[in-house]
Amino acid sequence: MPAIRAKASGKTAFVNVRLLDPASQTDCQGGLLVEDGKIAGIGPQITAANLPSGCTVIDGKGACLAPGLVDMRVQLREPGFEHQETIETAGHSAATGGVTTMVALPNTDPVVDDVAGVEFVARRARKVGLAKVFVYGAVSKGMEGHEITEMGLLHQAGAVAFCDGDQTIANSRLLRQALSYATFFDGMIVQHPEEPELSRGASMNSGELSTRLGLSGVSPLAEVIQIERDIRLAEMTGGRLHFAHISTGESVEVIRRAKKRGLKITCDTAPFYFALNENAVSDYRTFAKLSPPLRAEEDRQAIVMGLADGTIDAIASDHNPQDADSKRLPFAQAAAGAVGLETLLPISLELYHNGFMPLLDVIGRLTMHPARLMKLGAGTLAIGKAADLMMFDPDRAGKIDPYAFVSKSKNSPFDGRLTQGKVVRTIIDGRDVFVHAPWFEGQ
Amino acid sequence: MSVMGPTADHYPHPHLLGIEGLTPGEITLILDRAQHYAEKNRTADKTSNILAGSTVVNLFYENSTRTLTSFELAAKRLGADVINMTVGTSSVKKGETLIDTAMTLNAMNPDALVVRHGDSGAVKLLSEKVNCAVLNAGDGRHEHPTQALLDALTIRRHKGRLHRLTVAICGDIAHSRVARSNILLLNTMGSRVRLIAPPTLLPSKIERMGVEIFHDMEEGLKDCDIVMMLRLQLERMEGSFIPSVREYFHFHGLDRAKLANAKPDALIMHPGPMNRGVEIDSEVADDVERSVIREQVEMGVAVRMAALEILVQNQRAAPRGDS
Repeated sequence: MPAIRAKASGKTAFVNVRLLDPASQTDCQGGLLVEDGKIAGIGPQITAANLPSGCTVIDGKGACLAPGLVDMRVQLREPGFEHQETIETAGHSAATGGVTTMVALPNTDPVVDDVAGVEFVARRARKVGLAKVFVYGAVSKGMEGHEITEMGLLHQAGAVAFCDGDQTIANSRLLRQALSYATFFDGMIVQHPEEPELSRGASMNSGELSTRLGLSGVSPLAEVIQIERDIRLAEMTGGRLHFAHISTGESVEVIRRAKKRGLKITCDTAPFYFALNENAVSDYRTFAKLSPPLRAEEDRQAIVMGLADGTIDAIASDHNPQDADSKRLPFAQAAAGAVGLETLLPISLELYHNGFMPLLDVIGRLTMHPARLMKLGAGTLAIGKAADLMMFDPDRAGKIDPYAFVSKSKNSPFDGRLTQGKVVRTIIDGRDVFVHAPWFEGQ
Repeated sequence: MSVMGPTADHYPHPHLLGIEGLTPGEITLILDRAQHYAEKNRTADKTSNILAGSTVVNLFYENSTRTLTSFELAAKRLGADVINMTVGTSSVKKGETLIDTAMTLNAMNPDALVVRHGDSGAVKLLSEKVNCAVLNAGDGRHEHPTQALLDALTIRRHKGRLHRLTVAICGDIAHSRVARSNILLLNTMGSRVRLIAPPTLLPSKIERMGVEIFHDMEEGLKDCDIVMMLRLQLERMEGSFIPSVREYFHFHGLDRAKLANAKPDALIMHPGPMNRGVEIDSEVADDVERSVIREQVEMGVAVRMAALEILVQNQRAAPRGDS
């Protein structure tokens, strides 16, 4: 790990950078001034020639400087599954991936369904001092799908939204009550849309490939059926409903229509669903076993289009660390999920390099939009905001090597994929938490 | 026999994991060798010492009587030492993982592992961790290559060919590895495959495997050369695939009336064990003129002898290094 400065004090200037701020639609050459961990100045006028005295100068050499990534869907696996990931290892993984804020799912052991759980994660994260960690509170006690949690108290304690982890809130009455109750503090409910009866026992997308492999498949319809029901409930209650990691073309279409009708419906997807299709599981590759499963190529293309036209609000990493023993099993028995923090940016940049989205829009889906959904006040380069920044070279060639991951788990379906774009520096409250070594040495 | 196309001069794969990926020549190679054993098995001189000194381990994670016996007998007739390990699926979940078991067995240097497992892809996973030959004796709903080969041998003995035949595979396609291996083999050899089943027992997009789909038995059986019945795998069914056994037999069970639609010399096949009165009526199952169900069992031993011989000989010729 390169040298990490313990504390931000005084002034730091980033000069000779390409500033990317989706909130103000800024995309220009310039510099950014940090004072006491906060952004104090930004713009083309900040150059090496006109800096205040006593300022540490970091020459970006033309690299992009953007808000640190805001990852709205991460599994930290602590407490309960520390052999897979901890708040500390996830923090280092996030720093390496340019992520400065993450929102953790409540599906730990114990489940984050009470105030103590929220405070535990917050305390541990403060101590680790890497990416800022926020948590989801569980919607139902123990994520069992029966009774709602103390949502108001959880909200007050700092839970930024509510979900039942990677489980669907299947009970219509429960979801209706949660949506309705949360309106009094404008809380957002996040759904994992997968109709449980249709998807029971399934380990991949249903279709020709599942038939050939002899694996039980779940139809893409299981996702859209759940979304359609839930949209009705959101409409009825006026609640804020967000669909996590949507993966099918039909889902995009249904959400697009709901948004047109003015409903408070939002959604995100994960890089897997716009960068891979179901063929990745051929040969029973358990690292490509995900929930929801990878879909057909038409679905993948529809997800790209949904991102490009803004139907899909955000990209989240869906970071789900699994140890080797959970994956080295026959496909049906293997755990679903993949690590994602360290591949979030380079895979998302494919949208830009392949000409589907402007660079600023890709960054927006990874910063400003998720931050706004969660009301985090992060994800912009505005003066007075915390200096949570990410410097990256959008063109640098690389190859994904899971064994080089900082995360405790190495389960990535992107193993060996060639990438374009690399995080070179991650800054939280003005402190360097990650500096890409060769870049650093080259200074 | 030129009408059957060229025979491969050797089998180039280290394992027999499935029919997928085999060429017509490789299939013919195995069948020709199996035909040799089929004849030998009918004589008093059944055994040889061709695999003497080699060890074959039968590792079965699912209960099986006929397949296990068939493999055991095949190995013994070739002079190999055989060990049977039957591992209940429930004890697997508590204890050793599949890969650990594979590594443990591998450390004892067997020449061939014959594996049956309830999960699709499990045998392939195991084959990646060992350096002996691996034979798939059935993995989940994926493949059961020796069953397809023994079916092919039986058909070839009666029809003299494996191409330009119309074969109807009827019944529980969704849960059947036998169906998948047979579709692959018969398509590779140039026959037409029809699937006849209620819609709930047909897996998604199965038509993309190059088959014709029928729901109506009488229509589907029209002018077929072969009628292959499948066992209704009630134990693998979760939820309502069929309303009742009675209704299933009424529409999709093979009886004399439905069979009348097939060619007069159509063969009746079944991989066994049969559910009499569920998918097949005893009257047709026991019809000595048409039913080759018992011959299929006989050919099973011959095909497994051929497969074991070919794989172990390959292994001896070019041992695979530590994996």
